[in-house]
Amino acid sequence: MDILISGLLLGGTYVLIAMGLNLQYGVARIMNLANGEMIVLGALASFWVFTTASVSPIFTVVLIFPVALLGNWLVYRYLLIPLVRRAKNQGQLEVDSILATFGMSFILVGIVVSINGEYFTYSFLASPFEVLGSTVALNRLVAFVFAVVIALVLYLWLNRSRAGMAVRAVSVNSASARLVGINVEKVSALAFAIGGAVTAVAGVLISTFITLDASVGVMFTMKALIIVIMGGVGDIRGAIIAALILGLVETAVATLIDPGLTLAAAYLIFLLVLLFRPQGLFGKPQT
Amino acid sequence: MNTARTLLETINLTKSFGGLVAVNGLNFSVKEREVVGIIGPNGSGKTTVLNLISGALRPTVGSIQLAGQQISNKSAHHIARNGVARTFQLVRVLPGLSVTDNVMAGAVFGRKRLWKNHALNHAESLLQRVGLEDKRSLPVSSLTYIDQKRVELARALAGDPQILLLDEWLAGLNPSELQTGIALIQSLSEEGRTIVLVEHVMDAIRSLCHRCIVMNSGQLLASGTPDAVLSDSAVITAYLGED
Amino acid sequence: MNAASVKNLSIAIVCIVLAALIPFVFNGYWLSIALTAMMYIALSTSWALFSGPTHYISLASGAFFGIGGYLVATGMSDYNLSFWLMMAIAAVVATVLAALIGMATLRLSGVYFVIFTLGLAEMIRNLVSWVQNNFLGSRGLYVLTDFTEAHIYWMLLTVSVIVFALGWVISQSRLGFAMRIIGNDETVARHVGINTAKAKVLLFMTTGFFAAIVGAIIAPRYSYIEPNLVFSPELSFLVVIMALLGGMHRLWGPLLGVIPFTLIWEAISIWLPNFTTLFLGLTFLIIVYFLPNGVVGLLEKLRARVAT
Repeated sequence: MDILISGLLLGGTYVLIAMGLNLQYGVARIMNLANGEMIVLGALASFWVFTTASVSPIFTVVLIFPVALLGNWLVYRYLLIPLVRRAKNQGQLEVDSILATFGMSFILVGIVVSINGEYFTYSFLASPFEVLGSTVALNRLVAFVFAVVIALVLYLWLNRSRAGMAVRAVSVNSASARLVGINVEKVSALAFAIGGAVTAVAGVLISTFITLDASVGVMFTMKALIIVIMGGVGDIRGAIIAALILGLVETAVATLIDPGLTLAAAYLIFLLVLLFRPQGLFGKPQT
Repeated sequence: MNTARTLLETINLTKSFGGLVAVNGLNFSVKEREVVGIIGPNGSGKTTVLNLISGALRPTVGSIQLAGQQISNKSAHHIARNGVARTFQLVRVLPGLSVTDNVMAGAVFGRKRLWKNHALNHAESLLQRVGLEDKRSLPVSSLTYIDQKRVELARALAGDPQILLLDEWLAGLNPSELQTGIALIQSLSEEGRTIVLVEHVMDAIRSLCHRCIVMNSGQLLASGTPDAVLSDSAVITAYLGED
Repeated sequence: MNAASVKNLSIAIVCIVLAALIPFVFNGYWLSIALTAMMYIALSTSWALFSGPTHYISLASGAFFGIGGYLVATGMSDYNLSFWLMMAIAAVVATVLAALIGMATLRLSGVYFVIFTLGLAEMIRNLVSWVQNNFLGSRGLYVLTDFTEAHIYWMLLTVSVIVFALGWVISQSRLGFAMRIIGNDETVARHVGINTAKAKVLLFMTTGFFAAIVGAIIAPRYSYIEPNLVFSPELSFLVVIMALLGGMHRLWGPLLGVIPFTLIWEAISIWLPNFTTLFLGLTFLIIVYFLPNGVVGLLEKLRARVAT
């Protein structure tokens, strides 16, 4: 039961990360391998304002969203659009964007290390809290609630608003979206920016209950990618289920066997997905 | 013609994509040295049939036999080695390779599996056959559309296939190129090649095909000589709609 | 053999002889840099045999390299087995692992492959540490041999020469021709009769084989081995960046990336140790935006401009 509760709470934050990456990969078609660094930046920002100005991470969420939004938009506009324009096919864009985002990821790690090479340790709402008979840290619960609320808002925005519909249209078929008068570049930039901003917010939330440092970004990138692939690229519902599964399995392995094996557990899941459902949990077999 | 053996046969061939049934219980056969046209309105499943035969797709139900051997459970490269060669609806040349290398690709890995000078000589003779002998040293991306289609045809022929699948090979050619193209396929037919072609150009169908099958919504609507099927009232309705 | 290949072969032999003489001219610091460069020449060139034609970015080098180093250390330290036997075992293990990874991922799109290899070295390191801590008892592994740095250097040179020779043989073979076709259009490749999955898995196995051999040869250099040292994700990225920097459309391309990069990397490690990661990132961006075909591509472009 303890595993179930903490697993679901962890999975809640993973949902947010996966939604962010899904917007970037599923809509803007950029395989963003600097995704984990966005989490680290969010965490660093949260740590920094908490320790220097005692600003609550809850407020940092509000603060970081527009900053990350702008930052990611600039990255897409000035670094990634040139790659999109010069790519002759999807394969070339994939390779280019993988290499470019690797570069960005290393640059971000380099910058974060030069700001703070230590662990981002701070204590926020670290008091025990009782949920359905299990004791969890209050910060985990708060992070989970925030993640759920943000994911819900994002989901409604995608499904109910005009801009959200344009985003979904580009995700399904960018060529046809262009034909009905959608500015694909603009929508992609928007999706990339929002995806990055959501990821940074997830970083703030995670930093309240997991101690991060500059080097862990790549692990989060890895997990986000596994979730997105397990859920099916572009499939929000699949991503939510996949995130919860990963959260549960990681927590179970960490509690029952060894915390050092969570990555191995994630790999096992990934391998099973690749072998049996490469199109995602709910995806139809590809043609 | 009737004494020739059956080279290709589909039995209850069916392919569905999720809810959409693109090919539905199709039975037809192609005899050796025969040129068979597959025609039908857009979206009737013609290209899907070629994709199923060449192994790009696996049938949902049913089977395909090549010279009595089941090929529908085999992968595309296996089917190619067994002697099925194809061209693509949107021409697919290998842009980083020379014209000669493009054609050698078929010779080296197709049914003949030639190598080195044998493959080179074979490729050169095919380039001459399709009328590209002057252009073999040009970069393939600088070729005109019909020349790229010629490269693709030569590549398909280079493997000495038992059966040649042409997916709208004549589409997009101008009237004089069209005459050249039809004459080229005609000469292949006279050589004794077995050809299945998906085509919208009715002149080509009339002059090239011994037999036609007409598809509509994934099903076989009619089959017979081109003149017979093209005057069939069901076929005319499928193409032009009800009055 | 025509005049051009005689010329190329002579150049190659002169280069090999010159490279073999380095330990007699330099020792100490410069020999150790030459050794590092030779290690990356073997790794990057064998990496490019697979990634050059397919454009698949493999980040598995660190994992295979680690398997080489770790198995040599375990075998020699815990079971008193010979260095050479362990090197052979490590090569077999890495090749089999590469085959399994290849079969699971290479039939799918390239993205799955990149992601799978991205965390591979880290995952294997976690597993190895876990097994070591829980079942074998945690203790250091010692690789004690009579090899000097010069011996290790010559062994790596031998491996590099074999990699180059193999690369040349492949480029003249059906497999090499198949890889060029796959790199251009995989669909066409399948439809002319190429078993694309088999070709890709075979070359990926080659990469795994050589990375493990190099890892095994390097182990005596460190004497003391622990999982954190040999399963290094950074190594995978360095291999990728050097190969891309040199250019992958020529067999000798990675060589032109390894030599300058190793020197600059060494200089930065000494003078600006906090900026190595930043430098790695900048180099990636420079390659993507300014040197898409690497140094070789740049040289070829300059030569074409001079010629006209």
